[in-house]
Amino acid sequence: MSTPPAEDPRSSAILEPGHTFASVTDKISAIVLAKHTPRFWWVGFLLAFSVTLWLFAAIGYLLLRGIGIWGVNVPVGWGFAIVNFVWWVGIGHAGTLISAILLLLHQDWRTSINRFAEAMTLFAVAQAGLFPLLHLGRPWLAYWLLPYPNTMALWPQFRSPLVWDVFAVSTYATVSLLFWYVGLIPDLATLRDRAKRKFFQILYGMGSLGWRGSAAHWHRYEVAYLLLAGLATPLVISVHTIVSFDFTIGIIPGWHSTIFPPYFVAGAIFAGFAMVLTLAIPLRAVYGLEGFITLRHLQNMAKIMLATGLIVAYGYMIEGFLGWYSGNTFEAYSQWNRLTGPYRSYFWALMLCNVITPQLLWFKRIRSTPWILWCVAMVVNAGMWLERFVIVVTSLHRDFLPSSWGMYRGTVWDWSTFIGTIGFFLALIFLFIRFLPMISIFEMRTLVPDAEPPGEPHAAPGRLKGEV
Amino acid sequence: MSRTGGLLPAHDGGGAEPASLDLDGLRRRLERERAGGYWRSLEELARTPEFEAMLRRDENAVAREGFDRRDLLKLMGVSLALGGLTACTRQPTEKIVPYVRQPEEIVPGGRPLFFATAMTVSGLATGLLVESHSGRPTKVEGNPLHPASLGATDLFSQASLYTLYDPDRSQTLEYLDEIRGWAAFLAAARVAADQERSNGGAGLRILTETVSSPTLASQLESLLAAFPGARWIQWEPAGRDNVREGARLAFGQDAEIVADLRDADVILSLGADFLSCGPAHLPMTRQFARRRRPEGGPMNRLYVVETASTVTGANADHRLPVSAGALEGVAREIAAAVGVEVGAGSAGSRSASATPAGAFVAALAADLKGRAGRSAVLVGPEQPPAVHALGHAINAALGNFGRTLRAIDPVEALPSSQLGALAELCAQMDAGRVSTILILGGNPVFTAPADLEFGKALAKVKSRIHLSLYKDETSAACQWHVPETHFLEAWSDARAFDGTASIVQPLIAPLYDGRSVHEVVAALSGLPESSGYEIVRRYWRDRMSGDFEVAWRSALHDGLIPGTASPEKRISVSAGAVPPPSPRPAAAEGLELVFRTDAKVYDGRFGDNGWLQELPDPITRLTWDNAALFSLEAARRLGIEKQDVVALSFGGRSLEAAAWVEPGLPENTVVLSLGYGRTRAGRVAKGSGFDAYRLRRSDALWSGGGLEVHRTGRSYPLACTQMHQNMEGRDIVRATNLADFEKDPSGGKKEEPGPGLSLYPPRPSDTYAWGMAIDLSACVGCNACVLACQSENNIPVVGKDQVRRGREMHWIRIDHYYGGAPANPRHFFQPVPCMHCEDAPCELVCPVGATVHSAEGLNDMVYNRCVGTRYCSDNCPYKVRRFNFYHYGTQFRAPSMKMLANPDVTVRWRGVMEKCTYCVQRINGAKIDSELDDRKVRDGEITPACAQACPAEAIVFGDLADKGSRVARLRENPRDYSLLAELGTRPRTTYLGSVRNPNPSLAQPVSTAFPHTQLDTETGQK
Repeated sequence: MSTPPAEDPRSSAILEPGHTFASVTDKISAIVLAKHTPRFWWVGFLLAFSVTLWLFAAIGYLLLRGIGIWGVNVPVGWGFAIVNFVWWVGIGHAGTLISAILLLLHQDWRTSINRFAEAMTLFAVAQAGLFPLLHLGRPWLAYWLLPYPNTMALWPQFRSPLVWDVFAVSTYATVSLLFWYVGLIPDLATLRDRAKRKFFQILYGMGSLGWRGSAAHWHRYEVAYLLLAGLATPLVISVHTIVSFDFTIGIIPGWHSTIFPPYFVAGAIFAGFAMVLTLAIPLRAVYGLEGFITLRHLQNMAKIMLATGLIVAYGYMIEGFLGWYSGNTFEAYSQWNRLTGPYRSYFWALMLCNVITPQLLWFKRIRSTPWILWCVAMVVNAGMWLERFVIVVTSLHRDFLPSSWGMYRGTVWDWSTFIGTIGFFLALIFLFIRFLPMISIFEMRTLVPDAEPPGEPHAAPGRLKGEV
Repeated sequence: MSRTGGLLPAHDGGGAEPASLDLDGLRRRLERERAGGYWRSLEELARTPEFEAMLRRDENAVAREGFDRRDLLKLMGVSLALGGLTACTRQPTEKIVPYVRQPEEIVPGGRPLFFATAMTVSGLATGLLVESHSGRPTKVEGNPLHPASLGATDLFSQASLYTLYDPDRSQTLEYLDEIRGWAAFLAAARVAADQERSNGGAGLRILTETVSSPTLASQLESLLAAFPGARWIQWEPAGRDNVREGARLAFGQDAEIVADLRDADVILSLGADFLSCGPAHLPMTRQFARRRRPEGGPMNRLYVVETASTVTGANADHRLPVSAGALEGVAREIAAAVGVEVGAGSAGSRSASATPAGAFVAALAADLKGRAGRSAVLVGPEQPPAVHALGHAINAALGNFGRTLRAIDPVEALPSSQLGALAELCAQMDAGRVSTILILGGNPVFTAPADLEFGKALAKVKSRIHLSLYKDETSAACQWHVPETHFLEAWSDARAFDGTASIVQPLIAPLYDGRSVHEVVAALSGLPESSGYEIVRRYWRDRMSGDFEVAWRSALHDGLIPGTASPEKRISVSAGAVPPPSPRPAAAEGLELVFRTDAKVYDGRFGDNGWLQELPDPITRLTWDNAALFSLEAARRLGIEKQDVVALSFGGRSLEAAAWVEPGLPENTVVLSLGYGRTRAGRVAKGSGFDAYRLRRSDALWSGGGLEVHRTGRSYPLACTQMHQNMEGRDIVRATNLADFEKDPSGGKKEEPGPGLSLYPPRPSDTYAWGMAIDLSACVGCNACVLACQSENNIPVVGKDQVRRGREMHWIRIDHYYGGAPANPRHFFQPVPCMHCEDAPCELVCPVGATVHSAEGLNDMVYNRCVGTRYCSDNCPYKVRRFNFYHYGTQFRAPSMKMLANPDVTVRWRGVMEKCTYCVQRINGAKIDSELDDRKVRDGEITPACAQACPAEAIVFGDLADKGSRVARLRENPRDYSLLAELGTRPRTTYLGSVRNPNPSLAQPVSTAFPHTQLDTETGQK
């Protein structure tokens, strides 16, 4: 990984000086339109794809034999599947947050990272969506969770948070997909116009939905994009709030807590930015995009991670405190068991990953050294997984009656499915960076100094009056 | 075309009439057309117009010139369809025989019938009522009329159905592992009998288990009369030799003591596990439990002096753990203290001051003396004869005989020393003096004491015949193996502990090629055609009073033969009955090994029973294995942890076994239960546990010193269903002393939240409100309810690996907790079925409404609707829900196991949650009955399987809306409490707190607190 010098004079810029409309378009579209596929792409993609195939094998065996191949049992009815689900949903938060909320807040530094953050969101939500389906005892009946007219007189039981989950996650996935796709349309048109081969011209042409770059198009685009941003913003908050309801509605000590919604949302943003950094740092290095994803971007994301990490740490603290302060035997034991029980190593590893490590981000030197930042992000990724493990497993394995206490351990199939989804996720990311512009071309062009009179803040990309 | 003479079959409508043949014309044509070639029939030859028409009609589809497209397609379609049909598996021939005349009492496909029968364990019978659905037995219940049942059942009788349908049962008669017919066996038996007859049967030996069957005994007697030189030997690995010897010591004659605990205020058990073991444990449990409720008159008080931790010890008010070698000394001290002349009196008084048990003995003796005539001293069959003699002497001194205890003649047919007879047999076989041995039941190659080397001696016998349910170790050592009928397949008879005789009535024809023991003995007696039915009837024909048919039918109906109970016998304890103290074994200082029958597989005979194997041990909660049980101190000293493999060396023999740590054992005692570690058995028994018989010697049948233990450094995974037997200071089992209870009956009962805490509106309650009350004072923790539920509700067996993963399926479990000091803890049992919460946390979280509340307050589980999120189980604070992680239900697909399933209960699919339903099939059955009669269901009309099996009557079910019902009245009991009431679940199942009745002079407060010990280490499972 090439590391730019830490004291780069351009580190505060969100676009490297010297770029013009043409150079921005050339640079980004060349990655997609290049005939030659770089060797590292093939290596990475094939590796990720073989892991994906292993995931499919694990899923096949799961459907054949039943949920028993996983480690779940009677005190611990939810294991890796729910841990992974919450982990992936959390990761899927950054994209929409960056795209929608930062857009509405006029944070124009978001421009160079929003595209692949959104793609990452979609792919992460796709992985997340697998788990609630697969963890069912009878996954082929998953459609029973949907309200649809049928002769079986079946109707979802709307008091169950799992039903809320279905709506929250599917709405979020739909809106994220629309948001991402609408944002892609002008760029697809650019690719259509620049593609040399017939096949890609047709492909991108179909994707661009007849975009010609007329003022009317830009106008509609701007309205639609803003509306979608407005629609997506509450979803960022609601999805993880509702995911946290899966636990808080339960009466199990360690789950039944009102602090979960805000602390889950903060954790999700924390995890999402960690994953964006995990992907962005290598990508900008291998594709030479340091001019677009500058140190300022990395620093800003690091600051958001630091802030959300502190919220999460506060959540842990309050959880522990309330366990003691509640005076409730079960609640107190549940917290004590996290600290000292058989899963204590998970808890202390979680503290190391999510509370102690992010404190490094107070230092500017660390924030502006991409490889250290990448390492911190990876630690946070692991920490967020541990957090979900601690919440799901340590709460369940020792609840009210000591007679039913038990232990849980993921089996080889649990790990296969988990690692398999990481492979699947990466395979989709590889396909995305090869076939779609990973940075929004037209939005980047608005950052070129020529695009705006100096000093005037950039609000929305539609202001640009340029040809496609 | 050779069938020249064949006539054409008559066709529909009679188109071709063969009547119109003109034979003369035919002959003429034949002559004319000699070269004409072949003809098929006279009609063809005649070329009549009818024949031509028929040909056209029949063949026009194919014979017409060419096909048109439609016909071709039709024909192809038909051919393909028919071809496909023939490719299907050939349907088995099924004869549908409708009921031309409806049999009396049978409602086809509807109501079950119940038949009385009896099951024997170690020869003694328990009367049963067996439910039969369309001719197949599906459930075992107790026979309320039978003295050994009183309506209750134990584990073994509940589990006997599994054995009946076990596909691993022996199914064929074999000679040297080759399948032979019954006739071949008869021929061989006749040859052997003829040979034996030539020398008066001197080489013939018959080895049985303990026999109480009058018919079998009379058959064997006539066989012995025909072969005067032959011998009949009984061997029961858990026999009653010591009981018999003890009676002879004390009374100078054979006698069996029958206890009636109804009037026993103080009970002392000297190693007697009378609450879970033995031929009378069901009535004794009932009598004991009736006096354990503080409301029901004065409570009894139970003192237990024992070595291994048993169910009886767990229920004791005072338990004194002593090593097996020291138990006799304690018994002597007690005897001395109640005024029995114990011979060498100095020994007694010396040890009284030396042992820490002094206070116990003094208080006990005072209590016993204060309750003379209202007490009972019970001695376990494992105890040496001297302890029995001491027990008899104490009882005699207290005047208990004739009041709480009754002496009768021995019930078994051949009351003699089994061990001595077996040793003699082994010697004779070894000396080549036995030429034919007939082993009728039992598995002596596996169960005989190791030093007798039974297997080696048996190999020297020329003809060896074994009759057994399974092809076991003994079958492998015999040439002939005859599959035995299960008791539900054949006629027999048996006697109960008090002598009451019952006819063992079959409910189903033998599933395999099995023969009953009566038929085999008859065959050897030269009566090969006798059926078991005839043999049993012939015996009883002269012995039943009144009209035989009437008496026979009423005996079958009632399940017992009236007037057959043994009369009380006059006995007196002879002076100087108590032998002098036996010399202390030299090695008594080291570790001591104690054998005991297993709570589940007994002496190994139930090893192939999946239900029993998967049942948790009442104390250790282990399934699928036995283990060498170490006390906390010994484990600490030897550095042994749970699941370590240890090498046990005992009297020159050694065995590797997994270790388990159990509080409450005497410090230097290692307990190992019998019956595991089978080498030749079905799939279930094989590979589970460790064979204690390999260490068992005839001079140390039940215990012995000089055990050496070495760690091997390896470990063996054990499957325990309850890793934590510590209440962690939580309000789970409420327990108090009688004195404290009388002061404050509510026992500091916490405020329970009422309705109204829920966000959801209350449900209307204008119908039945089913509820259950479980009396923890009465529950002895015997596990019978668990198996009864398993049998009633088609609960699958999941296997050891799944149990280790925490996936056992029992709908009701018995939680066991320790309290007090680890060296001698108190035990608390708590049966936990579904609580059927009014505000059920499971119902709230199910996304598809698969678990819903019924109008009658049942928390119903809709299997068809369940998609398997397991959220309900996660959210159940009682963790009573069970999930089909795999397709466990496939075990009901084996042809024989299909018959095991209760047709009233669904067999669940993979991926579906299940749990206790309060036996909703029984509820609905009773409701239908009541609706037919236009009335409400009466209290007591519905009994869930668990309550029906319970010998302690600890489980009461009924309608809470009916204020007069038993369960509603129990709700008013001050002991009544809800488990985890503070959660606001408002359970329909509530508990009555446990009240103990300790001796005030020894009393300690009942504490459910238990310190953290090495028991709490995670055992790496689940």
